Amino acid sequence: MTTVVSLLVAVPLVAVGLALVLPSLALRRAVSMAASLASLVLSVIVLVSVDGGDAISVAVGGWTAPIGIQLVADRFAGLMLAVSSTALFGVLAYAVGQRDTDDAFPAFHATYHALAAGVALAFLTGDLFTLFVAFEIMLTASYVLITHRSEAAQVRSTMTYVVVGLVASGLFLIGIGLAYAATGTVNLIEMADRLGDVDSGTRAGIGWLFFMVFGIKAAIFPLFFWLPDSYPTAVTPVTAIFAGLLTKVGVYAIVRTQTLLFPSDGPSTFILIIAGLTMVIGVLGAIAQGDIKRILSFHIISQIGYMIMGLGFFTVAGLAAAIVFIVHQVIVKTVMFLVGGLVETSSGTGRLRDVSGVLHRYPVIAVLFLPAALSLAGLPPFSGFVGKLALVQAGFSAGQWIVVGVSLFASILTLFSMTKIWAGAFWGSPTTNLTRRPGRAMVAATGGLVAVSLFIAFAGQPLLEVATRAAQDLLTGGAVTIGGS
Amino acid sequence: MKVRPSLLVETGARTMVPTLLVVSAFLLVVGHDSPGGGFVGGLLAGGALLVVFLSGGRAAVTSMLPVPAGAILGAGIMTAVATAIGGLVFGRALLDAGKLEIDAGWFGSWSVGSALLFDVGVFLVVVGLVSTVLLQLGDPEEREE
Repeated sequence: MTTVVSLLVAVPLVAVGLALVLPSLALRRAVSMAASLASLVLSVIVLVSVDGGDAISVAVGGWTAPIGIQLVADRFAGLMLAVSSTALFGVLAYAVGQRDTDDAFPAFHATYHALAAGVALAFLTGDLFTLFVAFEIMLTASYVLITHRSEAAQVRSTMTYVVVGLVASGLFLIGIGLAYAATGTVNLIEMADRLGDVDSGTRAGIGWLFFMVFGIKAAIFPLFFWLPDSYPTAVTPVTAIFAGLLTKVGVYAIVRTQTLLFPSDGPSTFILIIAGLTMVIGVLGAIAQGDIKRILSFHIISQIGYMIMGLGFFTVAGLAAAIVFIVHQVIVKTVMFLVGGLVETSSGTGRLRDVSGVLHRYPVIAVLFLPAALSLAGLPPFSGFVGKLALVQAGFSAGQWIVVGVSLFASILTLFSMTKIWAGAFWGSPTTNLTRRPGRAMVAATGGLVAVSLFIAFAGQPLLEVATRAAQDLLTGGAVTIGGS
Repeated sequence: MKVRPSLLVETGARTMVPTLLVVSAFLLVVGHDSPGGGFVGGLLAGGALLVVFLSGGRAAVTSMLPVPAGAILGAGIMTAVATAIGGLVFGRALLDAGKLEIDAGWFGSWSVGSALLFDVGVFLVVVGLVSTVLLQLGDPEEREE
């Protein structure tokens, strides 16, 4: 099994190399798809294995931790890997189906797999500094993906993205330095042991610094300002995978560090306030927008609030609900942006003012949009309902009535802004700019991810059980020890 | 209008470039046990490419590279990852290193680690990256696009 875990990082890197060497686009596409599918299969194997038995620990280079670098696959990491490689595969299929993306940008496949390698490493690493390296791989690839269409407007808005990313990385590095100075290690498990002896003020300071650093990546209130400006400017597949994955890697890092290194005995009021504000401000921002991708970008922020809320309860039920919610969001958010891209492809615009009647002209897009939108709003029987119900129940049993009320209020506003897209773009008489039928492959890729999202709703109970076991691991320190499994 | 570089630069480049390349290869080979390594060696070779670029422009750099810059980068990544996976193939951990002892009689005995192969990969990545940067960003007026 250690081999499979190692391959999860190695396979995307092999794909990077091959995608750069192979001369023809057709070959690059084939290799790229094959590598992505292989990662998907491997990550499902890892998930099944860790859920049935112990967490898997890999000593990289044969050096046992804390001297060497440790890769750890536990239930949480396994779930995240499985869902992220599903999204990566779906979006890659969409990009290949769309044909413009990799035609116009020869290094697309190489960069995309570099991003995938960074994401996989971020989920697997058991070492704070390697987490930094993983974030850098992921972010550097994302800088390339988001800026390659170098038009003036795009360069301007992505400058913010790059600068904010670099500042966050700098702060992260400072945080690692402080944590190392306080504990003398960068291995997460050893650090968790030693932080107990550290002065509580120092410990809290380092904890909140990490919360802020990952909060910038996850776009929580008030550190979200960079997101709605930069994400919508990229091409659809890039925006979709950023929306589905990158912020969630930030959330993953928050959950991992807050539960392992800086555990709280009871609900954290500070985190819950941040969560409530993130939900409400995000959704209010969404209501004010008139462009599909910008509306969806603000919804990314709003939904991050729900995940942080689940963490803030610091109970098994709360964390389990947050994990289910993350799994649901990765897929649904990706689908929403892909559907937004289909509307843009067919009409040439994403502005609600300039397009209407998609339902009558291309009903297939509407069929794909509806389940994803209702799922995002949290209506039964879709996947968002499973996550939100679990979150609300966890909130009630933790006695946090106010933030639960806020989250339900934000849900209603989410539904409202989904109806805004529906009424604006899908209803009404078809506009004349609806001339290009979206390609079959793009529709099929989006449809595949919609099916995955329906499957998540269908498998809600088993998923919640796995997530509960994962949450127990997180809160009890898990079964992983330094250097062994 | 294309300006020819000065005679000094052109003549200097002719002697500097081979020297830089030999030293970069030396740094690459000794890197496992002594100061040096793939990254430093690659940077020095990249420096040699920069000198070529200054004296002869894009055309000189392109003609010096046997394959496109992107392919060098890709080959480097594949070499490095292959070394990493090599550990797995021999039933060891990812990135685990092996060592080969060569007894070459008069020439002494050498030990070659698989780390050298990894360093070769790093070397190629750096060279590929530097040449991509030179060809893409250096001297915008000369760009064909």
